[in-house]
Amino acid sequence: MANVTYENVSKVFDGAAAVKDFSLEIEDGEFVVLVGPSGCGKSTALRMLAGLEKTTHGRILIGERVVNNVAPQSRDVAMVFQSYALYPHMTVYDNLAFGLRNLKVPKNQIDERVNRAAEILQMGDLIKRKPKQLSGGQRQRVALGRAIVREPSAFLMDEPLSNLDAALRVQTRAEILKLQDRLKTTTVYVTHDQVEAMTMGDRIAVMRLGILQQVGTPQELYTNPRNLFVAGFIGSPAMNLVPAPVVGGGGDKLIAGFRPEHLQVANGASGDGLRFDARVEVVEFLGNEQLVHLVRNETPLVAMLPIEQSVTGGQDMTFAVPRDKLHLFDTETEEKVAA
Amino acid sequence: MPARFQLVARTANPSFLDLPWDVPLEEWDSDRIVEVVRGISRHVVRFVNYDGTLYALKELARRPAVREYRLLRQLADESVPVVPVVGVVTERALEDGEELDAILITRHLQYSLPYRVLFTGRGVPDLRNRLLDALVELLVRLHLAGFFWGDCSLSNTLFLRDAGGLSAHLVDAETGELRPRLSDGQRLHDISIAEENVIGELLDVEASDVGLPPDLDPEEIGSELVQRYEWLWTEVTRDELFGLDESYRIDDRLRRLNELGYDVEELELVGGADGYRLRLEPHVVEPGHHRRRLLVLTGLDVQENQARRLLNDLCSFRAKLEQEEGMHLPDQVAGYRWLLEVYEPAVSAIPEDMRDKLQLAEVFHEILDHRWHLSEEAGFDVGLELAVISYVDNVLRLVPNERKLLAQPIES
Repeated sequence: MANVTYENVSKVFDGAAAVKDFSLEIEDGEFVVLVGPSGCGKSTALRMLAGLEKTTHGRILIGERVVNNVAPQSRDVAMVFQSYALYPHMTVYDNLAFGLRNLKVPKNQIDERVNRAAEILQMGDLIKRKPKQLSGGQRQRVALGRAIVREPSAFLMDEPLSNLDAALRVQTRAEILKLQDRLKTTTVYVTHDQVEAMTMGDRIAVMRLGILQQVGTPQELYTNPRNLFVAGFIGSPAMNLVPAPVVGGGGDKLIAGFRPEHLQVANGASGDGLRFDARVEVVEFLGNEQLVHLVRNETPLVAMLPIEQSVTGGQDMTFAVPRDKLHLFDTETEEKVAA
Repeated sequence: MPARFQLVARTANPSFLDLPWDVPLEEWDSDRIVEVVRGISRHVVRFVNYDGTLYALKELARRPAVREYRLLRQLADESVPVVPVVGVVTERALEDGEELDAILITRHLQYSLPYRVLFTGRGVPDLRNRLLDALVELLVRLHLAGFFWGDCSLSNTLFLRDAGGLSAHLVDAETGELRPRLSDGQRLHDISIAEENVIGELLDVEASDVGLPPDLDPEEIGSELVQRYEWLWTEVTRDELFGLDESYRIDDRLRRLNELGYDVEELELVGGADGYRLRLEPHVVEPGHHRRRLLVLTGLDVQENQARRLLNDLCSFRAKLEQEEGMHLPDQVAGYRWLLEVYEPAVSAIPEDMRDKLQLAEVFHEILDHRWHLSEEAGFDVGLELAVISYVDNVLRLVPNERKLLAQPIES
């Protein structure tokens, strides 16, 4: 196991920078998610770590070793594959072991590693079975086991769930998290899906246009976004981001941001919060909550209200946002300013 | 009510409208379904028969299905041997409205052999070498086209018998990516995936009732795959150093590449104190490509192999010219100048009474051959002018007149 370090790393393709001056320190055993929209540079950053792309500038270290010029197979990292095959005529043991034989791992070590992996996967008693004697979930675990037995310094995962159907995606996501919890192996995981990022990462690195926007725990990113992009990207439903004067939250050069769940119906009494009137357009019932679409001065807003709150379409109401839940961003720099 | 679905398909294929798209593929009960031997797949794959033509249907999530459809089309456009893609069906749903995965439709290659079949029935002579050659050839072609496979395996390949050997076709591009070019890291990673997959698949055959022939050791095959790939990749793409007077060796290199089944469209010569460094970009081309390209560039309409040879010469002429003049030449300019400065002076130097002996393009091809032999013997480039004189005196003079031979009636 090892920590991973990006030091001022850049990647330029045909004159266009895909990753710009990217620096990130990933602790040993940490699960870090690189997230951002398509073209933000997250996959390129991962591929440079895997050795699939050369860095244009900067250094990448795995542990203490600079790996810029080390071949992919010599970096001691495992790109976790989204489609490990299971061989139907081979036992679980052989499915896990054959890759190690090819790497010339001594037989006694193969035994140790396969048995260890089977324990981690909670499949110790199934080791002599063939794939057709396993359930779907067990097969998925054996497939992940093919990466585990390598015992790499780090697992690298590039959108590993993207090709799976919805049910299998949820199941595999849970398996990956359980594994990470047991293995404590450094993992760098790439996804475009912020929900996936928020549910999986110890820390999340948000990228946009090749530039690292913010790194932090899911809670830090959610509660304290550094800029307008992170504020809008993290969270579902997204943060309301409106010109500050629309809600009386500040001057012309500011954007006000507040989460839908922080928007409350004001009960007449004035408080410290920001208060404004808005018309209810549509109400979506979500079971224990309701998603309320509002409009104020032709600007759409979204509120997440408790189901007990009586709200109907076409109603004019007064809403409030607590001051401490209000984020203000500079319209030009897009950076957060003190609220 | 008819089943809900959306089919995007290439023309000249059946409509597929009589298939039960509103049912999960695994549960289909249609007269069109046929059982076909195939490799290992994570998805449900079934085959349907329309008038003797088989189509493979693979059920997978919409996004990868659409992506694979596009990738297979792009690869086919690049003349890479891939299974012909027919269409993709999306927006499927059960009768109760529950969404179903998409289905990718490809045409099954007639007479193709999944790898498991290679080990049974009428075997392939020297299977070990043929299998490795075919797979390595496919991988090099894909990598030259900028395609990172991501899951090269025997299961994802179909084999066709080809004049005693085998040719390999890609059938699964789900994990692939097409890029302008691949980095060494991507190629190496692809090869290491291929190595592991091939070993696993062969071990699986060994563990099955079929078994493996005695000369097929899975781990040896895996490492030989890597070695053969590295040899072929290096042979096809390596930079080469030439002395200042050894430019005839460019022809030699291009010919070797042609023999391996590759073509060179762009060639770069970088001059240094002690000679030239040759950099080239080989690629795979579709049948008739050379003939069409030479016609466009020079107006010469010749046979395909002649065109390939003439284009090689045009290519090295252009590289030398660009090197000398220190500027890039547009295609049309290079073609025009080659015609004016190389081809026409050479064929004009053929005496009038010998011009009918062979087609002029064939004569030019033979002059190039002759020049190469003379240069190799001499150890330096003898130049075209001397080669033409020597060729006329020592070769063409002795060649019977083929045009006349063909014009004479055949005697019984």
